[in-house]
Parts: sequence; structure tokens; C-alpha cells
Amino acid sequence: MAEKLVVKELESVAVRFSGDSGDGMQLAGNIFSTVSATVGNDICTFPDYPADIRAPQGSLTGVSGFQVHIGSGKVYTPGDKCDVLVAMNAAALKTQYKYAKPTACIILDTDSLKEEDLKKAEFKTLDPISEMGIKNDVIACPITTMVKDCLADSGMDFKSILKCRNMFALGLVCWLFNRDINIVFNMLKEKFAKKPGVADANIKVIQAGFDYGANTHSSVAHTYKIESKNKVPGRYMDIMGNKATAYGFIAAAEKAGLKLYLGSYPITPATDVLHELSKHKSLGVTTVQCEDEIAGCASAVGASFAGALAVTSTSGPGICLKSEAMNLAVIMELPLVVLDVQRGGPATGLPTKSEQTDLLQCLFGRNGESPMPVIAATSPTDCFDAAYDACKIALEHMTPVVLMTDAFIANGSGAMKLPQLSEYPSINPPYVPEEMKGQWTPYMRNSEGSRYWAVPGREGFQHILGGLEKDSKTGAISTNPENHDLMTRLRQEKIDKIKVPDVEVIGDVEDADLLIVGFGGTYGHLHSAMDEMRSVGKKVALAHFKYLNPLPKNTSSVLKKYPKVVVAEQNMGQFAGYLRMKVDGFVPEQYNEVKGQPFVVAELVESFSKLIK
Amino acid sequence: MAYTINDFKKGQPRWCPGCGDHFFLASLQKAMAEIGVAPHDTAVISGIGCSSRLPHYMATYGMNTIHGRAAAIATGAKVANPKLTVWQVSGDGDGLAIGGNHFIHANRRNINLNMILLNNRIYGLTKGQYSPTSPRGFVSKSSPYGTVEDPFRPAELCFGARGHFFARAVATDAVGTIDVLKAAYNHKGAAVCEILQNCVIFNNGTHDSVYSKDGRAKNAIYVEHGKPLIFGENREFGLVQEGFGLKVVRIGENGITEKDILVHDAHCEDNTLQLKLALMEGPDFPIALGVIRDVDSPTYDEAVEAQIEEVKSAKKYHNFAELLETNEIWEVK
Repeated sequence: MAEKLVVKELESVAVRFSGDSGDGMQLAGNIFSTVSATVGNDICTFPDYPADIRAPQGSLTGVSGFQVHIGSGKVYTPGDKCDVLVAMNAAALKTQYKYAKPTACIILDTDSLKEEDLKKAEFKTLDPISEMGIKNDVIACPITTMVKDCLADSGMDFKSILKCRNMFALGLVCWLFNRDINIVFNMLKEKFAKKPGVADANIKVIQAGFDYGANTHSSVAHTYKIESKNKVPGRYMDIMGNKATAYGFIAAAEKAGLKLYLGSYPITPATDVLHELSKHKSLGVTTVQCEDEIAGCASAVGASFAGALAVTSTSGPGICLKSEAMNLAVIMELPLVVLDVQRGGPATGLPTKSEQTDLLQCLFGRNGESPMPVIAATSPTDCFDAAYDACKIALEHMTPVVLMTDAFIANGSGAMKLPQLSEYPSINPPYVPEEMKGQWTPYMRNSEGSRYWAVPGREGFQHILGGLEKDSKTGAISTNPENHDLMTRLRQEKIDKIKVPDVEVIGDVEDADLLIVGFGGTYGHLHSAMDEMRSVGKKVALAHFKYLNPLPKNTSSVLKKYPKVVVAEQNMGQFAGYLRMKVDGFVPEQYNEVKGQPFVVAELVESFSKLIK
Repeated sequence: MAYTINDFKKGQPRWCPGCGDHFFLASLQKAMAEIGVAPHDTAVISGIGCSSRLPHYMATYGMNTIHGRAAAIATGAKVANPKLTVWQVSGDGDGLAIGGNHFIHANRRNINLNMILLNNRIYGLTKGQYSPTSPRGFVSKSSPYGTVEDPFRPAELCFGARGHFFARAVATDAVGTIDVLKAAYNHKGAAVCEILQNCVIFNNGTHDSVYSKDGRAKNAIYVEHGKPLIFGENREFGLVQEGFGLKVVRIGENGITEKDILVHDAHCEDNTLQLKLALMEGPDFPIALGVIRDVDSPTYDEAVEAQIEEVKSAKKYHNFAELLETNEIWEVK
């Protein structure tokens, strides 16, 4: 039989692991993406998990998914739909089948399709395949039974054995994609170095899954191979957006020669940044898990005053609470980075889902005239650069900066070429020069319009900052109308003067009929949509914004260059409205979607294509 | 280097004439001079309110921040820069109403802060509303028919949050105030000093029973660790333990001698009797002044530093480049 099996070479493939939220689907997906990246494929992942930690077992609401897109060349999104769907139970099959392509192969555990499982998943018959009208290739195997048999002699209890089911599925998928499972074994040995028993059990089950595929050829016509090409040589790692953000902060602190201080309060989907930074005390990172979001930001303002690189991390609801202390940093002109990992809102909204609905809040959601630089990272790996930049701007311009990411890029991952700190620009805060001693007052400014930083401990530079308006010359409290007007303008000018790179236009730069405009975490989807449209001969370009305040200098000329512009965003039109405010006479088309899910490239292509018919 | 009060003075305070803040400011500056930490190694951090203007009159580093957040902001400053001596100054509204959460958590964590609570039982800067320390039935602009809620008793809140230091002084009593401020500085950890202070405009007379020297002689007891709890104009009264509570006795009556009087133990880990002292009120009991509780305990900021050092020696990576190497890495050639 072996010789009849065809190995099909593909440009890219998406695999979706799904099961109960306790089934370990995120882990299986993560391992598969790392193994693929290790052999040089590009990767893009998307975890889609429920808000409940443990929803009722087998229920439709408790399904957790993890989609991995691997490609021989660059992949920009986790893929609209998958080529392989692993469904570990009936509920997963029911809820996740919609993400499978018509040609997708579906892997099922028949042991979890018993009558009661089907009932919990609200199937009406005992034959879910026919009931759902599934015509795809199906690998239906008794995964639970086989895992039990495989670990019968392990001495493990039944519950622990069941936890290894995800590894059987992983083994099977590794076979399907001709992956070298030794790489997986080494990863597990490292991961469970302190628990060799667990590593051994997992390895045994992965081997069993792999062998099952190889021995039976299951019921598929072919396996897949994804070669790697076009990779920039170098050393790489797989990194999730939140981790990349944390790394960016660490790198910036080291470059600036400052202690990194994080004041934070746990909130989905930003908490992983707190987790990550809490681990790195050996680099001197100080993290304080505060009593609330307010204290998270307020303590960071205190840390900044005291001379640290201060960061506070949160999601939208936390920004609501932090806005008061963010504003304090605005008027005191202290460096601070505020991370907003956006999720679905308003209020508690959709805690685990992704949106871009905090844009106007980040730009304007404070009392008074309160200008603040805003940067939006465009991909999981870009979170590193964006975090580094946010710190650099905050420190050099003595201002709080909002760094926006979102649940999609924060939890998604990509292959990152290891950043070399020596290649990153230096960070030089405007410390008050010693020779100013005696004449210095707190709101004197350098040529960039930034006030000088006098860190406590320096003799002769004692001063008082505060939330009350100050006299531009003396630094004393002032309610003088002219002075307030002047200070308001000085704070605004300082932000306006910050140099940010021009927005880059890609695609049919010279003759596009349609310019797609987006910002932040939708870069991958918009890029893919453009690629697809161009592949069928349409003239399209993309201008994707990362620097939102101040906007790049070429914004107006770019937006006005093309006959038609569509602003696509995961909100009701906040960026479009902001651009209209900033660019006279700009009237774009809009594509808005607020589903808490990433864009679907096919839908973008369909909608954009209609605009240039 | 020796400092004088002038090394800590700045500007002309703008509080109302007769405001208790004037007295406290002078005591704080004097205490700082006696403590001897340089003005440039000192930060005074306040929230919002009349008393929170205080940093503007200090020649130290300082911040007059936003309402209620002083303890949180001071926490960040101290943890990020443990070498700084940090004084956090709040009124009763700032510290116990809008900032109540930060007050309790700074105590629970035991951040090495000197936390000053200027208690005049009123909102002065917003012109006279009741505060969380105003007594039940208190008539103010926002409670014209009297409040229908009980006040916080700051010591109770501090102890409830596992606070390890609590002292009380009257603003007009410079010696008593300086004593508790120095004790707060010497205590490692969160040190709450409740300063009883009069608002001449909106709550005049609120602390009348102890505001004058004579009043204190009659109505207050100065507690001191290791000393018997004796008070009265002629030191004729004492405190003894009776049942679950304290009782005032007259020395020389019913065979009571000085030896029967309870001896103050500010260092006792169990705060039961310290709380009883702190909650005493007239007319049946004297108001306790001085250091009521002062118990050693590990401070948060030192523990953070110690943990960083410990992890530094345990882990093999100490910079960003080394951190990267702890990941699963592959090479594309």
C-alpha cells in the first residue's frame, strides 16, 4: 500500500486542532507550529478559545480551537479555513466544521462520538457525519482506546492517560505532513525535563499516532509536504505576540540602561505579558501585580518619576480605569508605556476575542487636551519592534505612549528572526544636564520640545510635579489663562514633532485602482486580500498604518493619490473617522466588521472587488 | 551631613490661617532635618485635597498627583527606587475614600512608606462635605440632615489590612508629631501616622478635646512602648485589662498601684490590645497618642530586591541576548 500513497507538495496548509477546552488543543497546535517552523516553514497561528476556563465537558460552548497556517513562503494569516480539522469530540465537530475547506481532511476520535457525547453536542441522530452532510475525507479512529492501550503499562491513572489524547492527534498530523517526530520528542524532553515520566508518556502516544497513520494510511489519498523557500538566513524562534511585546520592553530597558518596571493587573488577553515579564527577574525586571488597574498605571507613573522605564499592561476595560493616571503622565510629562491588548467590548464584552474598537479611546479617551503617541503593532513578531519603539518614544520625548495590540496578534505567533540589540537604535532620554543646576526648572524644554528628566537622587534638581497646571517658566502652580493655553500647545507640539516613518504603500503603488487602508493587527489579512486580488489581475495597493499618533507625514498624499480608498477595520469606522478628521476632504469607502474574529480573506476580496468593478 | 529645617522649606504655604496643615508642615520639616536624609534622596508624594498641597512647600523631590492615588504612585516610586525615602501624604478623603483600596494594599504589602493621614473629618477643598471619618449624624453641605453612615476608624482599617505600624499625633503638638514621624521613618515597612488636624473653615473644633496642651493633659494618653499606660493631669489614671476590654482606673483607689497598670507593648505581634488603645474615645476613655503599634515584618520592596538577586544567581541568563537563547531556536541557512 505504501507505494500508492501520494505525497502532495503544497505552498501552504492550515491545520485546525479543536476539542474540549481541557483537551490540550493549544499545546498540540503550538508544538505543531514550532516543529514546522523548525524545518523552515513560515508560520502563523491563531488560538480561538472560550472565555470559560472549563465549560461543561463536551458542551458546544466549551470548544477550544487552535489554527496553524504553515507555508513554504511567507504566510500572513492563520488561513480563513483549514485543510485539516482535528475534532476531538462531537461538540468540536459540530462547531468547527464550518472552518474546514470542502477539500479538508477531518480527524475524529470515534470514542468520543458515543450517544451521550452526541446528545451533549445537540446532534439529533447517532450518525453525525451524515447528519452534517460531511463529504470530506475522514480519518475516524478510536483515539481514546488506543491511547489507553498504549499507556496501559505506564502506571498512570485514567485521568492522566486521557490528557495524552492530544498527543495522539499530534502524532497523526505529523505523519500527515511528513514531519520529523524526533524534533517533537526533543521538544517534549526539554519541556518536561523535570518530569521524565510525562515526557515519556507523551512521546509514546505521539509515536502511536504517527504509526497509526503510517500503518493504516488512514483513509486519505495523500500526505503533504511543505518545502521552505525565500527565507532570510538566520536564527529564528517561534514567538507569540504577547511574548514579543514583553521582549521588546526588556530589550528597550537594556538599551536605555534602565530598570524595567511593570505595574499590572491580570486581564485577558494581556495577562501573558505580566506572566512573561515576571519570569525574568534575572534580568532585573520588576513586576508588581497591583490591587487594581488604577494602581497598575499609577504605580508605573511613580516608578517613572523615580527613574525606571515604566510600563503598564492591560486590555480595553483596564484602559478605562487607567485613563486618569495616563493623563497624569501627560501633564507631568513623564515617560510611560501603556499596553492595550484589545479585546471585544464594550464593558466586559468578549474577553477572549479580538477587535480594534479601542482606537478612539486610546487616542482621545481622557479629559482635557491630552495628546499621546499611539502605536499599533501589525503582527505577532512586529509586537517586538512596536514595543521597543513605544519605549524609545516615551523615554526620549518624556511622554506616555499607548501601544496597541489585539487578542489576535497577542495570542497568535510567528517566526521571528532573533533580534540583535546592537542593530537597534540607541535610546537617549533627555536627562537634565549637570550644568543647568541652579537655573533649571521642571518645564524647560530641549529642541524637541521635551522637558528634561531629573531623577530623584540627583542633588540640586529637587522639584515638584503634579496634576495641576504649571507655569511654563517657574514650574509653580498656575491658573494664568495665557500660560495654560501655552502649556496646552507645548504639550501638543511636542507630540506632533515626534518623527515617525512614512507609511509604506505596497502592491500596485503607481496605478492601483483601489488603495486598501488598515492599521494594527489586520495587516496579514489585508495583505493576503491584496495578494489574491492582484493574482487575478486587479490593480490594488495597501497602506497599513502602525504609527497612529502622530500620523506619518506622507499620510495625506498617500490617501489622496488613488481613485478609490477603502479603510478596513474591526470596528464601526474609528480609523476612517480619525483619518477624515486629519486629512481634509478625505472620504473613504469603509469595510467594518465587529465579530470578535479575524477578517476572512475571501470576504475581504469579495467586498473589495465590488468596489472596482 | 547635618540638615536644618530650612533645607526642607520651600515657598509660602497657602492654607487658611489656623489650618492644622501649617503646624504639621513645620513638624514634618523639622523631623526630616533631624532624621538627616538628604532632600534629594527624599520624595514627598500626595494625592489631591488641601493637605495634598504639602509637597509644593517642600524642598525635596515631590509629586502632588491625582485624587486617591498617592499610595499607589508612592508604591511604584519606592519599589522602582528603594534608595529613596518616600513620604506619602493624604487627607481622610484622599486616603480613605477614593484611595481606600490603595491604602489597605500598601499596608498589606508592607511597602516601606511613611504614610501620613491628615484627618480633619471633612472635605475642605471641595468646600465642606462629610468624609469617611465624619461621625454618624454629621451635618455638612452634602448631609444637611446628618449622615446615616458610620465612619472608618483609620487604625481599624490599618490593622484590618495587617498594618504593622500605626501612630497618632495632634497637629498642634509639635513634639508629639515629630516623635511619631521619626518613629515612622525608623520603622521598616508601611508606617501610618494619623494626624488629628482642625479645619477652621468647615469643621472647626472637631478635635477640640485634644487640640490644646491642656486638653491633651485631660483627654489624651501618650503611649510609649514598655511604659505603663498612665494619664491624667496629675498622672492619676491608668488603664487595666478587664474581661475583653480596657478599663480606666484611678491609681491609689481600691488598692490599685502603678504596678497594676497595663504596660504598653507596641511590638506585640497580636494587635488586639493595640487596637483597643487606638479605638479609645472620650468621654469615658482618653484618646491614645504616640506609637500604638510598631512590629517588625519583611518589607515588600526589600523582598522584591532580594528575590531579584536570588533569581540572578540561580539563573544563567542575565541580558537580552542570553534570554533569547533560552528559546527553541532553529537556523535557516
